[in-house]
Amino acid sequence: MLGVSGVLIVLLVWTLISSAQLVDPLFLPSPAAVLAAGREQASEGLLWADLVASVARVLGGFGLSAIVALPLGIAMGTSTVINRLLEPLMGLIRYMPAPAFIPLLIIYFGLGELPKILLIFIGTLFFNTLMIMDAVKFVPRELVETALTLGGRTSQVLVRVITPCIAPQVIDAYRINMAAAWNLVIVAELVAANEGLGKRISLAQRFLRTDEIFLGLIVIGLIGLVIDLGFRLVMRRACAWAN
Amino acid sequence: MQLLVDQVAKSFGSGRKRKLVLDGISFGVNTGQFVALVGSSGSGKSTIMRLVAGLEQPSAGRISVDGTTVRGPGSDRGMVFQKYSLYPWLTAAQNVAFGMELQRLERRQIRERTSYFLEVVGLADAARRLPRELSGGMQQRVAIARALAAQPRVLLLDEPFGALDLQIRESMQEFMHSLWQRTGLTALLITHDLEEALLLAGEVHILAPNPGRIVRTVAVDLDRSDLRHLRVSAPFLELREDLAACLRALDPGLTATE
Repeated sequence: MLGVSGVLIVLLVWTLISSAQLVDPLFLPSPAAVLAAGREQASEGLLWADLVASVARVLGGFGLSAIVALPLGIAMGTSTVINRLLEPLMGLIRYMPAPAFIPLLIIYFGLGELPKILLIFIGTLFFNTLMIMDAVKFVPRELVETALTLGGRTSQVLVRVITPCIAPQVIDAYRINMAAAWNLVIVAELVAANEGLGKRISLAQRFLRTDEIFLGLIVIGLIGLVIDLGFRLVMRRACAWAN
Repeated sequence: MQLLVDQVAKSFGSGRKRKLVLDGISFGVNTGQFVALVGSSGSGKSTIMRLVAGLEQPSAGRISVDGTTVRGPGSDRGMVFQKYSLYPWLTAAQNVAFGMELQRLERRQIRERTSYFLEVVGLADAARRLPRELSGGMQQRVAIARALAAQPRVLLLDEPFGALDLQIRESMQEFMHSLWQRTGLTALLITHDLEEALLLAGEVHILAPNPGRIVRTVAVDLDRSDLRHLRVSAPFLELREDLAACLRALDPGLTATE
């Protein structure tokens, strides 16, 4: 309830300021203008196309990262050899800002979808992996050893003990790093894209359409919120034991 | 079945930091026997259990089950840890079934044995509950049922009631004793609680610390028909005081009579 009223207060202040003409509408479009821009884009089919383009990139890049990070993180958390091999490397690459890879990705892969998906992949892989690795390290030793004394093999321990045990932390890691994926897709689209929410914002800037910029920002925020809620729902359903 | 621990030593670390925690440990457990190892902290008693379970390797000596050297963990030696060993995402019944599933037993057999062993530990009604919905004593009973359901030849009990309140611990000791009588299981118990060892075990080894070694072995031959009575009977208290004095002498820092 408090969260909802916070949003309402901001909306109210925004409406008051813009209707009192305190700020030039060029800088601060009214809520009605933003809504109108939304309707216009929706009727032209632009909003939907942009949304699909951006969401698909995020899902592609982040999905790939999530799929690779899970076994990699588990391997790094369980094997000292793999850990010693990869952790320094990951610690180094992690501090290279993903957007800095954009020029290289464009040289390698051009301006199509692949460099955008790879940017999101690179930008989230290391965080996903390291967070999963940490979760594995915190699996109580007794749980692993119990499985071994019950006759379990290493592969069974991985699948039936470690994986379910870290599931809540993995879902949480994905939820948190999803925000980075959204950052990166917008950055990628600002640099080079034909459609997408980020592309729409940069086009709007060229024509001083602040109403469209506001629209883009709000839509991005809303999608992020929906994804966040989705992860929380999955968590509550699949990991009721951890709450 | 015969579990044999023969001249086992264990040290941790290397070089100058090398520390000998166990030295010349020898004892045996035969089918149907209940053997206890009692020692204060620092006596390496948990290390002995980990060696027998195969979770650690001895630095010297040999541990064997029916002549076969123990080289790693296996389902012939089921372990009950002090705490935190139930899978929190599985119900009580799923926890009991877990070992049998790892061993790929038939579904029907798993179901039958699960309900049987939940019945044995008196938790048939709690089958569908998650560990966090169970009390500490109930959780340990589930852990015992899970270990038994996997058909170990010897049950390793590592301070199984150490984390429980005194009252619950007493009722769990009585439960453990009746379980031993009913099922004829073979057990090795590690505890710091002398009373617990004397109540349950037919043979008690006293461990001295730094490095851990067996300094005294007692055959306990007491009338166990009524444990509550036994706890306060003269021969029991005498034996307990005798061994407690022995433990105190080993470790001047130890003031409790446990």
